[in-house]
Parts: sequence; C-alpha cells; structure tokens
Amino acid sequence: MNDLLVANSVSKNYGDFKALNHVSISVPKGSIFGLLGPNGAGKTTLIRIINQITMPDEGSVLLDGQPLKAEHVRDIGYLPEERGLYKSMKVGEQCLYLAQLKGLSKSEAKTRLKYWFDKLEIGDWWNKKIQELSKGQAQKIQFVVTVLHQPKLLIFDEPFSGFDPINANLIKDEILQLRDEGATVIFSTHRMESVEELCDHIALIHKSNKVLDGKLTDIKREFKTNTFEVGLQSSNRDLVLDKIKSKFEVLPATFKNLNDDIKFNIKLNTDSSPNDLLSFLTAKAEVHHFVEVIPSASDIFIQTVKNN
Amino acid sequence: MNHLPLIIKREYLTKVKNKSFIIMTFLSPLIMIALIAVVSYLSQLNNDKERTISILDESGFLFDIFENTENTVYTKLNGLSLEDAKNLVREKEDYGLLYIGKSDSIDAISETIKFYSEDSPSLTVISGLERKIEKRLREMKLQKDGVTLAQIEASKSNIDIAQESFEGEKSSKIDNVVKLAFGGAAGYLLFMFIIIYGNMIMRSVIEEKTSRIIEVIISSVKPIQLMMGKIIGTSLAGITQFVIWVILGGVLLTIVTAIFGIDMTQVNTPQQELVNQAIEAEGAQAIAENLITAISNLPLANLVVAFMFFFIGGYLLYSSLYAAIGAAVDNETDTQQFMLPILMPLILAVYVGVFTVIEDPHGTVSTVFSFIPFTSPVVMLMRIPFGVPLWQQGLSLVLLIGTFILAVWFAAKIYRVGILMYGKKPTYKELFKWLKY
Repeated sequence: MNDLLVANSVSKNYGDFKALNHVSISVPKGSIFGLLGPNGAGKTTLIRIINQITMPDEGSVLLDGQPLKAEHVRDIGYLPEERGLYKSMKVGEQCLYLAQLKGLSKSEAKTRLKYWFDKLEIGDWWNKKIQELSKGQAQKIQFVVTVLHQPKLLIFDEPFSGFDPINANLIKDEILQLRDEGATVIFSTHRMESVEELCDHIALIHKSNKVLDGKLTDIKREFKTNTFEVGLQSSNRDLVLDKIKSKFEVLPATFKNLNDDIKFNIKLNTDSSPNDLLSFLTAKAEVHHFVEVIPSASDIFIQTVKNN
Repeated sequence: MNHLPLIIKREYLTKVKNKSFIIMTFLSPLIMIALIAVVSYLSQLNNDKERTISILDESGFLFDIFENTENTVYTKLNGLSLEDAKNLVREKEDYGLLYIGKSDSIDAISETIKFYSEDSPSLTVISGLERKIEKRLREMKLQKDGVTLAQIEASKSNIDIAQESFEGEKSSKIDNVVKLAFGGAAGYLLFMFIIIYGNMIMRSVIEEKTSRIIEVIISSVKPIQLMMGKIIGTSLAGITQFVIWVILGGVLLTIVTAIFGIDMTQVNTPQQELVNQAIEAEGAQAIAENLITAISNLPLANLVVAFMFFFIGGYLLYSSLYAAIGAAVDNETDTQQFMLPILMPLILAVYVGVFTVIEDPHGTVSTVFSFIPFTSPVVMLMRIPFGVPLWQQGLSLVLLIGTFILAVWFAAKIYRVGILMYGKKPTYKELFKWLKY
C-alpha cells in the first residue's frame, strides 16, 4: 500500500455541466503531487471532493486504503485558492478556533501554535486582528492553520500567491520539510517553475478529463524530442553551418548564450546517437555548448492542452 | 465530530464583542427612554397650557353649563354682536369663540352653534363641548315635556355586565384588553426578533463568503453544522441583547420618572383619553381588581409553554431562510429580491394578528392563519390568550416543526452550494437547480 490517496473513476456533474469525467489519480505516500490543468478544468472540484466538501456522483476516494469518512478531516490540511480569515477576529483566537475545528484540544493547539509562530517569527501578531495585517502576513497565518494539526495529506491550491519571493521561498522550504517529515502533498498551481522545483508526480486535468499522469521524470522522458542545443565557435561560420545542415535537421535556437557565433538546435533521427553528433561537431568547430533539450513542465502542459 | 458547541461559542462571542453590537445594546434603551421622556414632557406642557374659550350665548340657556376646569377657562361675553365678539377674541388671542344663537325652538338653537378659532381646534375640546351642550339640550327637551330634573337623574343607571364562563370563571371587559396586550406583545416580539436577528444571521453568512474563509471552515465541518451553529449563536446573542434592553429600559424608566417627575403614563393621546374615560366610569379600584382577575384568568402556563415553542419554531424557520439567502448572494444589496418572499408572510401575520384576531380570535381567518406555518407563530401567539384548544395548538406546532425541518433541509442545500459560489447573482431558477446538486 504505497498510495496515500486513491481516486477511482470520480465523476461529478453540476446540472448539465460535467465537472469531472471518470478521473482517477493515485498519490504515492511521501510525494509532492502536482495537480495541473487550465482554469476551469475541474481541479478545484476534485480537491473539494477529496475534502468532502462536495460528494462525487460516481466513483470513490480512498485515504490510506479506507473510503473517505467524516473523521478523515483531521488527516487532511487544505489551503484553498479562495481563502481568507475572519477579518475582525484576533489572530490567536482565530487560529485556536480553526485548530479546534480540526479536532485539536485547546492546549495542544496552543503549544503547536507557539512553535509555529516562533518558527516563522510572527509571535507578536497574536493579539492583532487579521484586518491589521497585510495580505502576505495573513497568508502566513493561513499556512500555519493548514498544517497545524499535522495532517497526513496536505492540499495546497496556489500556496504562493500573495507572497513576496522571500516568503514564497520560506513557505516552499516548509512544504519540503513537511514532506520530509512524512506528509504527502497535493499541490495545485499554474506556476510551472514551482511544479518543476517541487513535484515528483503530476496529473493534468483538461476539460474534466485526466489527460496526463505519472512521475515527472517519466513524463519528461516521454515528451523529449531528441533535440540538442548546440553552440559553436568557428572562423568559417557559413561553411560549417552548411555542412551541418546537409547532415542533420537544424532548428532555430531558443537558448541564450554569451558569445557563440553559431547556435542552433539539432533534432536527431532515431538512428543516430548523441555521440555521433558530438564527434561530427568537434571535427568541424569548437563546441562551447551541447545540451539535450528536456521539455519543461510548461512545455508539456501547453503541448498536452493544445493537443486535446 | 460534533463541533456545534464550538461554533455556537464563536458566533456568540464575535457578536457580543462586536463594537456596534455593544453600542446598540446600550444606546437603544437610552434613546428610547429619552424619546418617551421628551414626548411625555411635551404633551404635559401641552396639557398644562391654559385655554380660554369665550362664549357668546345669545339664547341664554347654555352659559351656566360651562364650568372652569384646570386647563380651560370659559369667559362669558355679554351684549356684543358676533362680529365684535370675533374681533375681541382674536385680539385677546383666546383659544376660540363658541357662538350660540338665539331661537325659540331648542332644535333651532342647536343648529346655530358655531366654534370660531384661529387654528383648527383640538378634537377633544370640540367633543367635550358637544357632550356638555347635548346633555343640557336633552334635559331641556325633557323638561319641556314635563319631566323634572330629579326624574332625569333618577332615570340614569350604570350598567356593567358581569361576565362569567359556563365553568364559573369570572371575567370582565378588561380581560380582553389584557389578552390583547399579552398576545400582541408576544406576536410583536417574535416579529421584531425575526427581523433584527434574521438579518444578523444573513449578514454573518455573507461576511464568511466575502472574507473567503468559508472553504477553510467547510473543509472541517459540515455546512449544516455551521449553519445551525450560526443560527443558535446569533439567537443567544439576540436574547442577551433583548434581556439587557428590558432590564436597562426598566431601570432607566424608573430613574427618569423619579428625577424629572415626568409621568410616562400621562402621554395624552385620543386613545388614552378614551381609556381614561372608561376608567372614570368604572372607578379605579374596580379596574385594579378586574386587572388582577384578568391576568389570573389568562392561561398562563399554556401561554408560557406555547410562547417558547412557537417562538423558537417560528424563529428557527425564518432564520434558516435568512441563512439560505445569505449563502445565495455575494453582498447585501443582492439580498433585496429574496427578502420580499420572507417579509410578506411575516407582515401578513402581524396584520392578521392585529386586525382579525382582535375582532374575532376564533373566526375562520384567524384560525386558518394560525395553522399556516409561516404565519402561525405570530397569529397563534396572539390567539392563545383567548383560549385555544390544545389540539389546535398541537396541530399547528406539528405543522410548524414539519415545515421547519423542510426549510432547514432546503436552506442547507442552498447553503451548501451557495457558500462556494462567488461572483454570481443567482436567480430563483438557479436556486432551484442547486437543490438537485
């Protein structure tokens, strides 16, 4: 049993609109799982079903091998995209209230809050009202509230929105640390660089269907096109270029480099290996740059969505 | 997991600690008492003012019936023409001039009587004058037919029909007044409570939506728990406020009365005067006695129990609808279109209560409306002091509770879907669709 969360063929309709169409995902224990998709694809609906906010019309969701039930709210920490706090309530009171709703005792909640407030250096906010805090500060409180009851499963929907780069990094490190301590994370975002940075697994939902799913490295391998970025220096620029063009498929270069005279991408056929290309190039000119093009999460996202 | 007590506690504390709530709690009775004090002070001023009414009696029959009282002085004008009298009265700035013409027949005299004044005279002054003149003219007519004054006096008898039910319970006319007062107070209290605190619930639901905390909460508790917690917490805050109002109002009233010596009961309205006349006719002591029997005649135990059940039932029914409206909209301005269907039955109930129950507490209209769940709490509470068979109360209560459960189910559905819908102003059609989600 290596999957903490399994959704089996989950469907949900709102009237005539199909929000989810037989979507299945498996989230491995201890992973950071990226739930991706364009706006309105059905991510939030799936997340709400996992949180038992809405019920699926069809399909089932298992947490740790058991069908979801009311007690499971203690095991899940959810930071929704549409989030906020009671504006006129004091920070401390509010955190205690929300922690108690998640099943913590008041004293336990107090101890843990103190730990987190010290860790994030926000101890002096305890008696402030939320409306006195900035948006980023309120987001920090919101993050603490989400993780305070030490849930097995953490669900973050756009966790970095509203944070400056420093605080975004801080939160990112906290998320990684929570993962290292054993939590499983479902991470939904439109910021592909954070997907690149954080996620081990991804699933892509488009128009209510799951269109892509798996380990990020596997998916990248699947999407790579055997293309190499090449940067050369040569006194005889045109001649070299002609020779290469006669033998390989040359594409315009997209990478940035400092002082290469000649730069382009080369797409290899299936019958030639990177070594063949490299030895061919070294014979003609001085090689300054030779990198395999690995598709970024963003490329994969755009390509998949366009093709569907 | 039952989070209801926790939610109730939070809702209660946030309401009670809210600045404007605290201010309203303590300021409202102050303002109310100040208003009452000002009104009664002003009407007292009005009462204390001495009026001079000049009388030009050309017939000579009527002058001696006008006796000076505390606030009215009658001056007799002799030998003046009507025009001179008018000018004189206007110069003296008297309240008015009563003119009685000269004629042979009594009926002709009554037709000549006129009252001249600068402004239109007060109704009570005119009717007072009319009563006096009528009495004298009647006596004159009777005397003309040979009846002596003594005989007229002797012919008067004071009738006060003693009332008794078949079971032998004594009652009096004042019973009905007391019953109306109790029923009316209960019904009106419920009406006010629903409007004030129903709105408060609605606003607090909208606040949760606009502050976007709702999804965080909903991932921990069931929407119906949140809704019920909100309703109960807000109601408790409401009861706290009401109790403070009553206590503070009572204390302030006593203090103000003691300090300024303003008699609050002396607000002289035409109605008050009618009541005063009734009291004069019966005698204060009899009234006091009757009042005590009247109150003891009320079905007090029934009243208290029924009040609790109908109050709670009616309040919960309406407040769950308020909660549903709050969930359906994004901001308070959008609530208007949904408020009407809630307010209509409520206002209807109060109208039926005020006009029909007073007229005939057990008539068809009153009875029917005391069964319809949306009007029954108010109407039934107004009817109960007049004695309603227990089976009727029971049936009405069962209907009310049934509707309440249905309304909560309905509200919970709307609530569950609505709290997660942002930026859309729903139509009734959409609300109906939400029920099926």
